[in-house]
Amino acid sequence: MLRLLGPFLAGLVFAIGLGAAGMTDPSKVIGFLNIAGDWNPALGFVMVGAIGVHALALPFILKKGSPLHGTDFLIPQRRDITPQLITGAALFGAGWGLAGYCPGPALVSTAGGSSTVLWFVASMAAGMLLHQVGQTVLADSKAHVAERKAERATAGK
Amino acid sequence: MTEILSALLGGALIGVAASGLMYYLGRIAGISGIFHGVLNPKAGDTVWRLSFILGLLAGGVALANLVPSTIGAPVVTNPATIAAAGLLVGVGTRLGNGCTSGHGVCGIARRSRRSLVATMTFVLSGVVVATLTSLLSGGV
Repeated sequence: MLRLLGPFLAGLVFAIGLGAAGMTDPSKVIGFLNIAGDWNPALGFVMVGAIGVHALALPFILKKGSPLHGTDFLIPQRRDITPQLITGAALFGAGWGLAGYCPGPALVSTAGGSSTVLWFVASMAAGMLLHQVGQTVLADSKAHVAERKAERATAGK
Repeated sequence: MTEILSALLGGALIGVAASGLMYYLGRIAGISGIFHGVLNPKAGDTVWRLSFILGLLAGGVALANLVPSTIGAPVVTNPATIAAAGLLVGVGTRLGNGCTSGHGVCGIARRSRRSLVATMTFVLSGVVVATLTSLLSGGV
C-alpha cells in the first residue's frame, strides 16, 4: 500500500504544478505556440523550472544506488536518433499545436468536466492503441516474410 | 511577470514530482508512457501507473474545485479537430517514445540528446501548426 502512495503523490504534485504553471489552459498553450499572434513566452519558463529542479535533484537520487521501493533506477538507455523518433515527435507536436493539450494537462483537465477534453483523451488513447496494433501487424508481417524466405531457401536446396 | 513566476513555480513542482517518482520507484515521470501502460496492462507493472494517473486526476479535481480558473476552457471544440489532435498526440507519443514530460522534462534533465532532439521537434511542429491554424482561420 505504501508503495502506491508515492506514485499517487507524485501524480498529485505533478497535476498541481501543471495547473499553477498555466499548462492546463489551452489558450495559454496556443498563445505560446502561435508566434503570429500576441506571443506569450511565459510557458517557456515551465520547462526552465522543471528541468532545473529535476537536473539538480537527479545526481543525489541516483547516488543512492537504488530507489526506495524497487531494486533499480529504470532510466531509458537508448541514444539513437531514429526516423520514428522524429516522425513521432512531429506528429505529437502537430496534435499539441492543434488543440493545445499534451497528455498530462489533458488528463488533469478532465476534472473540469468538459466533454471536449474527455473526447480528446479518448482519441489520444485510441491513437496509442492504434499504434500498438500497427506495431503488432508490422511485426507479424515481417515474421511472415522471413518465414516465406526461409521456406523458399529450403525448397531451392 | 506574475505569469512567468507562476510558470517557474509550477515547473519547479513538476520537477519535484518527477524527482519524487524517481526517488521512490526509480521510474521516469513520462505521462504518455505511464498512461499507455495503463491501457496495455502487464502483470506487476500496472498498479503504480494507475496510482500515478489517479494522483493526476485527484490533482485535477483539487484544481477544478479550489482554483477553477486554472482549468481553462478548450480553445477548439470541433469534435473532428479534437479527434484528429488526440489521435496525433496518441500515435505520435508512442512512435516517438514520449511527450512533454518524458522527453521535455525528464530526458533533458538527464542530458539525453535523443530527448533534446524530440523536444525541439515537437515544439517546432507545435509552433508551425498553431501558427498556421491561427493564420488560416484569419484570427490572430
